[in-house]
Amino acid sequence: MDQDRIRVQTEDFGLEEETKKLLACSKRIGGVVNFLGTARDFSKGQEIHKIDFDHYPGMAEKRLSEIRDQALKDYDIIEVTIIHRVGEISIGENIVLIVVGAEHRKDAFRACSWCIDELKRITPIWKKETTPEGIVWVEEHP
Amino acid sequence: MVKVKFFAVLKALVGKEEISIEMKEGSTLQQLIEQLKEDLPPLVDIMQKGGILISVNQEVLGKEAVIKDGDEVAFLPPFAGG
Repeated sequence: MDQDRIRVQTEDFGLEEETKKLLACSKRIGGVVNFLGTARDFSKGQEIHKIDFDHYPGMAEKRLSEIRDQALKDYDIIEVTIIHRVGEISIGENIVLIVVGAEHRKDAFRACSWCIDELKRITPIWKKETTPEGIVWVEEHP
Repeated sequence: MVKVKFFAVLKALVGKEEISIEMKEGSTLQQLIEQLKEDLPPLVDIMQKGGILISVNQEVLGKEAVIKDGDEVAFLPPFAGG
């Protein structure tokens, strides 16, 4: 597993720093697509005060690594970084980052979209929202 | 002994993060679930609701899977990352 390209961590990450790191891996990269997921303050008609993420240590990283490997195999791309934060996250903070580098933009867009969909589908990470009415464990992820 | 882990809403409902349970040689996940339902009644409703995946040593398997001493079983509610 490429531990720098796949990370599950409590601390924040930097979009620019991660993009630069990815660009440094190959001079053939001609396009980078980033997906940044952030904590919003409203969901399903309810105000959200904060979000907590639980995960299955080891399995979550393994699944993210599998997603990266599959994306590198299925799309004409050069490198992928996937980072997901866990623990308590305040409104407006970063949650997840996917950085895809490719020679051309179309492959980077397609791969990035596939990676975030697959992350939501197969990665053992769970979201708890704190609302004025109490705590809700989210079971759907549009 | 088999280690059983609960995550997210399951951890909250069952009231435990992890337990260890003695199972007979050749037991299946289904037999483990039946045993756990006796030991942890909230699990009955949870399993009836559906949508719960079960992993053995971090691989999602069906209820017919045979478990052995030292395995780590985890009950995984619907994922919600991203």
